[in-house]
Amino acid sequence: MTERVLAEQINRDLLMNYYKKMLELRLFELKVQELYRNARLPGFVHLYVGEEAVAVGVCSNLDAGDLVFSTHRGHGHALAKGVPPGVVLAELWGKTTGCSGGRGGSMHMYAPEYGFMGTNGIVGAPIPLATGGALSAKLRKKGQVVVSFFGEGAVNSGSFHEAVNFGAVWNLPVVYVCENNLYATEMAFNRATKNANVASRAAAYGMLGVEVDGQDVEAVDATAEAAIRRAREDGGPTLVECKTYRYVGHHEGDPGTDYRTRDEIQHWKQQDPVKLSRKRLLDYGVDEAKLLAADQEVEQLIDQAVEFAEQSPEPSADSVNEHVF
Amino acid sequence: MSEQGRVITYADAGVEALREEMRRDDSIVYIGQGIGPRGGNFRQTRGLWKEFGDDRLRDTGICELGATGVAIGAAMAGTRTIVDEVFLDFALEAITQIVQQAANISYMSNGKIKAPVLIRGAMGSVRSAGAHHSHTFYNWFANTPGLKVVLPATPYDLKGLFKSALREPGPVVFVEHKSLYNTKGAVPEEEYLIPLGDARIVREGADLTIVAMSRMVDLATKAAVALAQEGVSAEVIDPRTIVPLDRQKITDSIKKTGRLVVIDESPSSCSFAAELLAIAVEDCFDELRSIPKRICSLAVPNPFSPVLENQMIPSVDRIVSEVNNMMKQLGRKR
Repeated sequence: MTERVLAEQINRDLLMNYYKKMLELRLFELKVQELYRNARLPGFVHLYVGEEAVAVGVCSNLDAGDLVFSTHRGHGHALAKGVPPGVVLAELWGKTTGCSGGRGGSMHMYAPEYGFMGTNGIVGAPIPLATGGALSAKLRKKGQVVVSFFGEGAVNSGSFHEAVNFGAVWNLPVVYVCENNLYATEMAFNRATKNANVASRAAAYGMLGVEVDGQDVEAVDATAEAAIRRAREDGGPTLVECKTYRYVGHHEGDPGTDYRTRDEIQHWKQQDPVKLSRKRLLDYGVDEAKLLAADQEVEQLIDQAVEFAEQSPEPSADSVNEHVF
Repeated sequence: MSEQGRVITYADAGVEALREEMRRDDSIVYIGQGIGPRGGNFRQTRGLWKEFGDDRLRDTGICELGATGVAIGAAMAGTRTIVDEVFLDFALEAITQIVQQAANISYMSNGKIKAPVLIRGAMGSVRSAGAHHSHTFYNWFANTPGLKVVLPATPYDLKGLFKSALREPGPVVFVEHKSLYNTKGAVPEEEYLIPLGDARIVREGADLTIVAMSRMVDLATKAAVALAQEGVSAEVIDPRTIVPLDRQKITDSIKKTGRLVVIDESPSSCSFAAELLAIAVEDCFDELRSIPKRICSLAVPNPFSPVLENQMIPSVDRIVSEVNNMMKQLGRKR
């Protein structure tokens, strides 16, 4: 095989993996949406539909021992970091087999055994936590990298400012990944700030800032790969702004159309990360049959997750006082 | 362990505890403003930077929210941390991290993630510090499941409790009193620990139980001495930690004396003093001989004027007078 052919095959295989993972995130969230709308799941959920290329493009570059601190919109991050879909879904169902034993739910799910340090109900709060995780890594686990995910809605908070300042001044092994989906709940980013370019803010902290198309998994992958390598080699943090979009409302129950036009939503759906990568795989010469087989494999994975979560037991009421301290 | 030993200050007792624990456990990292070469605003880290250096004594700018979040995140990832808010008042800048993240993490993660972080701050009225530097809201933290809350009153207690707090699996709010830093007391040279949840009987007595913490222990003790001269025998108890609380030792004393007075530097409404009165009613109702009493700071922001500040906080005179009034009440039949 020539070098060029080999490189093409590696790209193809990588993209195939990314495609499958993104489809897993997509089908998982659509299943959650269905279960939630049928009143099967308690609480409330914020779905990741449309943003899959970010979680997959970033987390594919992490080792099992690296850490991810996530957000209220974090099911995708958990799956991309390797938490099995059944375990995530069981948590959304409040079952004992969930990653937090049913004590957490959508916005408070933790799976340190997969390096997943939690979704979070408080916007901005995980950024200092992730920075602390990176301090711990720098002092005690050389080579470990931490990824801090947050939305653009977090970057006008004091938490963001204080945390990235620490990350920069202490040269910590952390990658700050901003998922700029343009709206914080209903607030358009350009109405919330005079500087709607997140990556440019890195300069204020003496840090490297990079902007990337968050719908293109290969672009995210390349950017994340460089930022994660830099962090691992003690080169310091990077602020990566991924331009992306959520197709759904802020939470299930919000139609998401009071503050966004249908034209805008359609525009972004035409740059769908799952469809884009599928098309690119066909362009690379992958058989459609191979893609259909992959689709089927992921569908089965989600079906199995539902079965596992549904059949898992609820916690015993007597256990309510456990694990407070 | 008896309280024999050298006489050192409350601040130095803390420094000794830190030095011993940081030598014993090399994962301990201390984060805060002015805690490096300066040795702390209250001299509470004096000399430590010289031994442990920049990696382990991490000076920060004035940014409690970020510093506290970083300390909690590092703790979640396996590094034991101390975050020094300096003034407890400044913990308000970071309270979302303390209450929402540190306090909840063990429960939310089903016990899989612990945050061994010690949140340190100095509270209380002293020398007209005014409304922004005098708060005593330790009861807020005690009302938050998942936090342990420690209030040492003496150098001996501070050292022993600090060392125990630095071995806790989860978050501890460690509240010192600004006016105690220069007070002195005997501290043994050999190592000792004081477990959390173990109240100290400061002075034995038969006629009433006075419960007090932090700086109020000194006032309660002075009041007890004055009362003894008037023929009233007061037992003084210092719980030392609110969470966990040594309910047994406190209620045993109330049952013995039949009377309870709580001295609390916080305002009385929804306070730790209110909690103790509730406990007295729940556990000692039949033994109570008079109505339990709270002697607390007045419910006003801390005044600047020394006259007004002295009026606001409990005093020895006020305690003696209130106790005398209580003792005049017709006792209930036991």
